[in-house]
Amino acid sequence: MTKSNVQPTIFELSAPGRKGVQFPKSDVPTADLPKDFLREELPLPELSEHEVIRHFTNLSQLNHSVDNGFYPLGSCTMKYNPKINEETARLPGFAQIHPLQPAITVQGALGLMYETQKWLGEISGFDAVTLQPAAGAHGELTGVLIIRAYHRARGDEKRVKMLVPDSAHGTNPASSSMSGLEMVELPSDERGNVDLEALKAECDDTLAGLMITNPNTLGLFDENIHEVCQLVHEAGGLVYGDGANMNALLGIHRPGDSGIDVMHFNLHKTFSTPHGGGGPGSGPVGVTAELAEFLPFPQVAMTKEETEETLPFYDLITPKQSIGRVKAFHGHFGMVVRAFTYMLTLGKNGLRAVSEYAVLNANYLQALVKDTYHIPHERLCMHEFVAQGHWEDAPGIRALDISKRLMDFGFHPPTNYFPLIIPEALMIEPTETETKDTLDAFAETLLKIAEEARTDPEKLHNAPHRTPFGRLDEVKAAKELILRTQLPEGYGED
Amino acid sequence: METPTNLQYTSNDEWILVEDDLGTIGITDYAQDQLSDIVFVEIVAFEGDELGQGETVAIVESVKAAADIYMPVSGTVVEINEELADQPEVVNEDPYGAAWLLKIELSDPGELDDLLDAEAYQNLERDH
Repeated sequence: MTKSNVQPTIFELSAPGRKGVQFPKSDVPTADLPKDFLREELPLPELSEHEVIRHFTNLSQLNHSVDNGFYPLGSCTMKYNPKINEETARLPGFAQIHPLQPAITVQGALGLMYETQKWLGEISGFDAVTLQPAAGAHGELTGVLIIRAYHRARGDEKRVKMLVPDSAHGTNPASSSMSGLEMVELPSDERGNVDLEALKAECDDTLAGLMITNPNTLGLFDENIHEVCQLVHEAGGLVYGDGANMNALLGIHRPGDSGIDVMHFNLHKTFSTPHGGGGPGSGPVGVTAELAEFLPFPQVAMTKEETEETLPFYDLITPKQSIGRVKAFHGHFGMVVRAFTYMLTLGKNGLRAVSEYAVLNANYLQALVKDTYHIPHERLCMHEFVAQGHWEDAPGIRALDISKRLMDFGFHPPTNYFPLIIPEALMIEPTETETKDTLDAFAETLLKIAEEARTDPEKLHNAPHRTPFGRLDEVKAAKELILRTQLPEGYGED
Repeated sequence: METPTNLQYTSNDEWILVEDDLGTIGITDYAQDQLSDIVFVEIVAFEGDELGQGETVAIVESVKAAADIYMPVSGTVVEINEELADQPEVVNEDPYGAAWLLKIELSDPGELDDLLDAEAYQNLERDH
């Protein structure tokens, strides 16, 4: 393990008596607190201001992000997050308001939410949208609860079965189980579509619905999506669409038009809000008109239309048979501002271009590597594709070794070992914001690594070599959980 | 990859050793190899449970993935291997020996006909 770049913890840097801030003398009387509530000691680290700045600046530079490198993490849509989003989200009218303010004082914020609901609905073909869910899986849970509420409202209590294709996102089975439904897995056919015969066999009067990810986790658009939806509807079920892969569809295909009844969006994927440590996610859910009354509350509505003399008025409403509140206040409002900014910046044609370039980039990359890496379902892909990180003539090399070696070249590894239906999967999603130069460099590196797998397998086994830490012990990390800072010996003692 | 001929297999990569009415169940060498380093084994069945063919009896989790392990045939659980909770790596080291998961009393030996012999198991189509 290389140690050259390892940063000491802030506790290790601490030295008694150092100070970053001088507090003025207290000008209020000392309160007499009960002894039981007082600590004997509080061993906070003691450092000067510049030491704190250096410590955190150095740590931040060890990070890999879309701002400093290619990040082809399949299924996550790690696209560039335009900086103008950050500016609009910090406008005082959005950043310095309180969710309990009277509606009349926050008309701009409510108007923005109303427009975002409408635009997301327009893009995806849904009649109503809630912005409340905190992220994708939370959107799934909200959507499945809506499906359950729909059946119950009709007195159809026996519908407890949720079908989930084996190419769906991993959170889908969890979302249906958490909603009290029974999950049944559906196989894929040899083209990577939902197996229609297996679907037909499950279509009975206990069917609550089907959760489909389209394009699926193989990066393939289900060629039978209309028939899949029709079969589920004929059996009395509803179709949930996992919109995590919406980055392939903007302005090209509207899931609502193909028969999907409920779908979540990932603003932190498709709509360029930060994904991962950069900020909270946001998982709005769109539904058909029939399901609108089950949406969570509050919804933003235009309660008075614009006239020649007056502006429109926006307010919060409660849908008639609402499943209730799923998040405090209005969800992650700051993310909604960013996503709205993104849509406004790009416009209708720009959003379509996003998906066209996302699909083009993925297909370009697939074409560059497909003769070297086995692609189990070699079709035109959508915004991502799945390759196998394993060769018969390099038996010791696995997807993990390839991923680790990519880090040596400054690339974030693709998603590996998912989807589960492809052994040694490498799931690669370049996104639309990367240039041809970056794609070429990445492909060239993948080919180089494939060669190393034959000529110098040890180099791959021990990778990465150029990162602050080398290969981490994943078994130890999984088995020996240490979730608290381990203070240096003698720390905090006089 | 080892595939002992005295065992019977499922296409889901479980094995069963049958001695009279007693069956010992585990996961195959191929399964442990695919999962790679195993970090947790949780047996979700209890002694005395009567379980049907295909019901989940254990969850095996590796650094790559978590997998459910199913009953190859129906039966009553008579013993579970409690050692594995503390030493999950045994599944990687000795899948057909020390890493047995549970022993059952077969309730329908006829179901054994659904299983594969070593040769048929080895010939299953795999993606690699």
